[in-house]
Formats: sequence, C-alpha cells, structure tokens
Amino acid sequence: MHNKTIAELAQGLRNKDFSSEELTRHYLDRIERLDGNYNSFITVTGEQAIAQAKAADERLSIGDQPILCGVPIAHKDIFCTDGVRTSCGSKMLDNFVPPYNAAIVDNYLAAGAVTLGKVNMDEFAMGSSNETSYYGAVKNPWNTNCVPGGSSGGSAAAVAAHLAAASTASDTGGSIRQPASLCGLTGLKPTYGRVSRWGMIAYASSLDQAGPITRTAEDAAIMLNTMASFDKRDSTCVDESIPDYTATLGDSLKGLRIGVPKEYFSEGLNADTAARVQDAIKEFEKQGATIKEISLPHTQLAVPAYYVIAPAECSANLSRFDGVRYGYRCENPADLQDLYKRSRSEAFGEEVQRRIMVGAYALSAGYYDAYYRKAQQVRRLVKQDFVDAFEDVDVIMGPTATAPAFEFGAMAGDSVAMYLEDIYTIAINLAGLPGLSIPCGLVDNKPVGLQLIGNYFSEAKLLNAAHQFQQITDHHQQSAPAID
Amino acid sequence: MEWETVIGLEVHVQLATKTKIFSGASTAFGAEPNTQACAIDLAMPGTLPVVNEEAYRLAVMFGLGIDAEISKRSFFERKNYFYPDLPKGYQTTQLDSPIVGRGHVDIPLANGGTKTIRIHHAHLEEDAGKSVHEGFIGMSGIDLNRAGTPLIEIVSEPDISNAEEAVAFAKKLHGIVTSLGICDGEMSQGSMRFDVNVSVRRPGEELGTRTETKNLNSFRFMTECIELEVERQIDLIEDGGKVLQETRLYNGDTKVARSMRSKEEANDYRYFPCPDLLPVEIDDEYIEAVRAAMDLLPVEIDDEYIEAVRAAMPEIPATRKARFVNDLGLSEYDADILSSDAAQSAFFEQAAKVSGDAKLSANWVMGDVNACLNNDEITIKDAPINADLLGGLILRIKDNTISNKIAKQVFEAMWAGEGDADTVIEAKGLKQVSDTGALEAMVDDVLNANAAMVEEYINTEEAKRKKKLGGFMGPIMKASKGQANPKVVNEILLKKLNQRL
Repeated sequence: MHNKTIAELAQGLRNKDFSSEELTRHYLDRIERLDGNYNSFITVTGEQAIAQAKAADERLSIGDQPILCGVPIAHKDIFCTDGVRTSCGSKMLDNFVPPYNAAIVDNYLAAGAVTLGKVNMDEFAMGSSNETSYYGAVKNPWNTNCVPGGSSGGSAAAVAAHLAAASTASDTGGSIRQPASLCGLTGLKPTYGRVSRWGMIAYASSLDQAGPITRTAEDAAIMLNTMASFDKRDSTCVDESIPDYTATLGDSLKGLRIGVPKEYFSEGLNADTAARVQDAIKEFEKQGATIKEISLPHTQLAVPAYYVIAPAECSANLSRFDGVRYGYRCENPADLQDLYKRSRSEAFGEEVQRRIMVGAYALSAGYYDAYYRKAQQVRRLVKQDFVDAFEDVDVIMGPTATAPAFEFGAMAGDSVAMYLEDIYTIAINLAGLPGLSIPCGLVDNKPVGLQLIGNYFSEAKLLNAAHQFQQITDHHQQSAPAID
Repeated sequence: MEWETVIGLEVHVQLATKTKIFSGASTAFGAEPNTQACAIDLAMPGTLPVVNEEAYRLAVMFGLGIDAEISKRSFFERKNYFYPDLPKGYQTTQLDSPIVGRGHVDIPLANGGTKTIRIHHAHLEEDAGKSVHEGFIGMSGIDLNRAGTPLIEIVSEPDISNAEEAVAFAKKLHGIVTSLGICDGEMSQGSMRFDVNVSVRRPGEELGTRTETKNLNSFRFMTECIELEVERQIDLIEDGGKVLQETRLYNGDTKVARSMRSKEEANDYRYFPCPDLLPVEIDDEYIEAVRAAMDLLPVEIDDEYIEAVRAAMPEIPATRKARFVNDLGLSEYDADILSSDAAQSAFFEQAAKVSGDAKLSANWVMGDVNACLNNDEITIKDAPINADLLGGLILRIKDNTISNKIAKQVFEAMWAGEGDADTVIEAKGLKQVSDTGALEAMVDDVLNANAAMVEEYINTEEAKRKKKLGGFMGPIMKASKGQANPKVVNEILLKKLNQRL
C-alpha cells in the first residue's frame, strides 16, 4: 500500500481493496518501525489519525467524496493544528498547542484527508539541510549519512521513506523544491498568493508560500486542488480562479516553449547534475517542445538580496516570541529585559539568532538604504528578468540544486556555502513565481532534480509538463534503496 | 530676560470603529481584561492582520475636517520595539505615506483673534495594550483589550506659543473628532491622548532643544505640564545648563514630571513596510490579480469616495460656528466656544430653542453649566440637567418670575436634582416679589431706617440723584431675600423719595 501514489490509493479505497483505517494503521505502523532511521516526524497523532480514517471510511461508504478522502498525509510542523503541538522545529514552541488550524489544514480536513502527524523541519524554516531543528536532524532515506535538504526535510523524508502518501511543506527560498530534489520527489511551490498563509508560522512573509511534496506530478496536482483557496484572512492571498489542476495533466506539450537560463549552468553546478538536467530537458524536445537558451542576468544577485530581505522580515516576525504570552519562558527572570534576553537566547537556535541579528542590522538607522532598500531594488530587477523571459518562453527549466544531497556537517561553520545551496530556487521566491522540482536521475546513487519555473498562476502548465515527462521516464518511480 | 516658547502636539485619537484595525475583536471600553483580544491581537503564531476599512473611512473624514490633503496611496509599516503591551513586538503604523497630509486648524485667541495651527500629517496605527501593576507581586499583568484599537496620530507643526494655545488647539481637535463622530472624546478613558513637545528660545534665535512629555489625558494636566516644563527649561538655561532631548512623563496627581528616557536611550525602531498587508510592487501587466498580491497593495481612494464621505459627514464645528453667528446672532467668540464640541452645541441649541433666547442660553452654557461640569469633572453628556430644563429656567428669568441672581440659586438646586425650575422656585419660595403693596411697606421700612441716606439724597443736585438710588437697592433686596423685582422696587423707591423732596 505504501508504494502507491495518491491517485492509486484513492482508487484502492473506492475499490474497497483496503479501508482508510487499514491504510492509516499501516502507515502508523511503518512510522513506528522505521522513522527512528530518519527522524522525519516530530509528533505522530495516531489516535486522531485512526478516528479521522474511520470517519473517512464512513464518508466513502456514502458516495462521492473528494479524491483525498481517507488518504493519509503529514503536515509540516509550521502549520498550526488545533489541539496538536505546533513547534516550528523550535524549542521556543515546544510547548505550543494552537487553538486553531492553518487554512490549508482545514482544507485537507474538509476533503477527508487523514493527518498522520507533524513532520520535522529546520527551526522556523531557516536552513537548507534540516540540521537546525530542535528535534534533531532528519536523515535522507536515500543515504542516511546525507541531509534530506531543508527546510521541509521532514516532509520530503517522510514521503521518500513511504511513511506518508504526501506531505505539506513551505518554501521561502527553496524549502519545498530543494528537499524534493535531494529526496527524489515532486515538490511544488505555487505562485505567491495562490495558497493562504493563515496559520502558517511566518518566516519571511513576502516570500513564504505553502505547497505539497509528493511522489508524482499528478499527486501534486491533486494536493494543490485542495490546498489552494482564496482566504480573506490573508491580505496577500489572491482571488484568482482555481482550475482543476488534474484536468490538464494530459495535454500535449507540442509547441511548448522552454527557456534554459545560461546562468543556471555556471561553474557552481556539479557536472553530473548538469548532465542529468540537460538530458531531462531533451526529453521534452521529444514531446514536441522547443528549447531556447535565455538569460536571467541578475541571477547572481538573488542570494544576497534574499539574505537581506528574508532576515529583515524574520527579525520582526519572530519578535512575538518574547516569553510573555506563550512558548518558552526562561526560569526566574530578574526583570523584563532579562525575561526577553534569556527566553530568546535560550530557545532560539544559532541560525535563527543569526538571521534575526542580520535582519535587525539591515533595517537599522544608517544601514536601511544600503541594505534593505538596495535589496528591494535588486528584487525588482530579479523579477523583471523573469517578466522579460516569459515574453518568449512558457516554462523555464534548469537544476533545482547545485548537487545531490551532501553529508551532515559538510557545510558546518560556512553559512555562505549553505546559503548558495539555494541559488537556483531563491530568485523564484523573490519574483513570487511558481516553481516545481521533479526527479530527473541519480548521481552517486542520490537523486537530482529538474526545476520547472512558470509564469504567475501557471501551476497547471508546470504540472502538465511534469506529468508528461513522468509518462515517458521512470525517475519518479525510483525509491530509496532501503525502502521495501 | 525674555523667552519664547515653542510647542508642537502629537495627538492620539482612538477611532470609534466597532472592531479593531486589524482584527474582528470588539473595541468597547471597560471589559474584563483580555476578553476582547482575539488570536490576532495576541499575536499568536501564524495569525495575519486584515485592515478594517472603517478605520480608513474615519481617518479620511478627519482629513477632510481639517482641509488636509488625502493620500490616495498609503501603506502600513512596522515599528519595531519590545514591550509587554505590544504583542507582535512591532506596532503597525504609517511612516512614509500617512493617510492624511498637510492641513490646518484655526484656534480662537483670548484677544478675540484667531491663529492658524498647521497640521503636518495624521497617520493610522494600532493602539497597544496596557500593563497592570496592581494586584501582582513582583510581576505585572498585561491587558490586551486595547491592543489593536485603531488610532489616528495627529502631528502639529510647532506653531503653538503657550499653554493656553495648546489647550485651545486640543479642544478644537476634540471638537472636530467628536463632531465628526469618529471618536467618543472620552479623555478619561484614553480616547484622546496628548504628547507635548516643548522648547524655549530667545526671540530670533534658532529652535531650542525640545523635550516630549507623553500621554497627557486632560486639558488641565496639559496646562500644568507645559507651564512646569517651560519654567524648568528656562531655569536650567539661565543657570548655565542645557536642555537634554528626552522623553518625559507628567503625573497629574502628584504634579511632578520626570525623565523617562534620554535621546541616547531612544529605540531605533527599524521601520519597514509591513509585508503582511502590502507585498512588493509589481510593474508588469501580465496578470491583474497578481498585482494585488505582489504590489505594495495601496489603498486606493478616488474623488467619488472622498465626496461620498463628505456628503455623509456630520456638521463640523466651523460650519456650526457660522450658523451660530449668522442665524442666532452670537458673537464670534461665543460661537467659537459653543460650536467646538458637538454635545455642548446640541445642548446649547436645545436650550435656546426652549427659551427662545440664544444669547442668554449661550451665557448659561458657557458660564454656570460649564463651571458645574468642571467642578464635578464630568462631560455635558453626563450633566444632571438636560437642555430642556435649562431652557425652562431661562424662561422664568425672561418672564421676570425670578432675577438672574435667584436663577443661579435655582440652577444649583436643579443641578442637585431637586427638580425643574418651577418646582424649585415654588418649593423654596423664590418667586420674585412684584406685589407693590408688600414692596411699598418694605421700601418705607428701609427709608425710615436710613434717614441719613435719605437726607443726602434730598441734598444732592437733581441730575446726580439717580446715582444715589443704588444705595437703597441693597438693603431692600436684602429685606426681600433677593426676591423683589428690581424694576418694580426702582419705581416705588423713586416715587417714595420724590414724595419726601
């Protein structure tokens, strides 16, 4: 059962090959037996999952239900879950139980999906290796000496280890696509504003966007159908019609214009990864697409701009964690200043503290123009690169990450090297565009990903292209070697 | 040595919206602590703000009320600092693009003239909660009911020269916001709070270093605080010291001011545009809907909107003042004072309607009514007598039932809740005595008891005798317990004295 896609599970449930309760118990059993190897879950909600599964079975016995009804999934621990601890991977929120659901959690509940639990992540989504979690690093199912990528490392590892049919994730600078790439999965970051941010704990508000990590493009389409909704509670959510993303998966790619940015194949890219990505792009040519080299001239500026804007926003977003109303509070504070300083110093990890400090510095008097304002100007240039490119092409393709998964500690003490890990994904967040990573082969027995970047609200086109690719290739069907 | 005082005001006005500026929680005053703070107000993780459009409408009304420029594009920024009553660790406010731009307010001067005070801008922002220090040992409590209440902060230019002008300006603003109905004006509940920036200089010199005293919530405290601060600064400089730029607090109960923090200790607020309310600018024409998400999401207001707000606006004090002068014949000065506050205006107009005498009604409202209100420290809304009752009293003055002097006595009784004018007059036997028989006897008694004065009257030249009449009036009024009709007394007195010539 655990080898099936969502589409296959949904069919199995309707054929009565198995019940949701059986399926859910099976996944819970796998988590219990196997997750010690990966550390992908922070919280497993077994009892609640079985109750949800029974309710889903009831619904399925009545008649037509949403396709996700009875399908077990996992939520990244950045999404608030009513009555279930939501830690955001931090000691700060180790004791935090929200009294409300994130918008997308509600959407999946309404669809009848079963929640197996909350999956691990870099602390407050800050990291590209899942090494910054208070709950310990997540291991890559393809090679447990290697990182799964981050910040949605738990989301990716859980799906790669077949501990959940799919998972929710979030992407601020590559946090869905890079772990999907490193774990051989399909990961979609939708257009900024496509999915409500309500109840998703903010890292950098103007960049954060929720999306799914799945095994196939078809599953990603199914997941997005439920995840996307217009929500008045999020002022940045866009009231744009939501198509059925599964309806156009079968469309022909004849005439699809693909742009390949030359800047994405520069010296920082691992040669074998580059070869897999180039091979994959050629597959599209076979299906009638045309390939064209393009230029995104400000690519190199995206990472430095991001590491001003994201820390600046996070320095304010994380101010609410002050030990006053909820979350961690230090023992016996001497006075108010002591309460603030020790609560935050004791409960935030090193990377979170680093970004808060960087952000506060970039916003401070005398530096604002040199850093924050300059970064916003760069952001507009980066976006304009894409706007210009989409005059001539429908989809941009290139690598998701510079190389396959690296070993734990490989970048310890070198923040800049870690930050450059996201060089191909960050610009897409700065521009607010949708991006999709799909597996396109192995290097050193570890997966590498092909990234598809689309114009605003062109998720259907990205999923269509990815699905067609997956019809003539089998990279997405490869499982990590240790997985039965 | 001559000194000049320069004052600027920052006025926080709580807007009378039903719900908060970024959440659906109620803004009503006086509820149990933390019962009117929702997950957004508590800054729970993952919650997001949504702008209350009503707050915008009220701010636009204020802008129109002071002839100000209205920004057609404005956005919110985050002002970062840590304090327990500030749940998010930042205040959502406006810096670079306030909703209300330059405007002005004219204030009446004691010499009958007017002075224009320029408004630099007014911006929208959220109020903070409150720290509660009573009832906790070694800790403070936090009440977040007020957190997120919409405010406009009105910033004046330093055009104010003394405490009287500052108070006149504050009262004028109070009148404008209460007349527009955009604020309840309840200063004791914190609905309107004043920060005063004060500096002194010798005439012709550059501006001196200023201090800011925060959070004054009564006109009296403002007067006291300004006078104290001006004196402190002058003493300091004359003793060879220097005024330090600092934020100060004034305690209205102890009449003591103290420094809160110096400029060096001031926060760097690290303002930046709030990404939850306004995403980044987009300048392409691809997808209209993305623009809303990617642009700086300005709140766009067109002229039609501005005109619609203008049409629906209640009467502003300036319009009302003109009506009082032109239609009711009040002096500029009286009209200015009476028109400034909506409740007071309504009270006056009703009293004038009932009594049919605008001038007399104006005198009573500005005089005795205000004196009693100040004494009781209440506003006219809570006055123990209504305008109809005051009008009834004035009617009794006009029909000579009572004199002005007795009327004050009746008014006091009415204020104390002893009933309407007629009831009080009847109960206390204060009806003016016009019965000539009784008065003639009284006058005779007084003349007989004051033979020397009568003698003097007779010996005075005829042209100057009239002046001597007043001397008899006192004893007669005393004898009548003030109830004699002075006009009738005068006639009888003249007749009786002339008989003795």
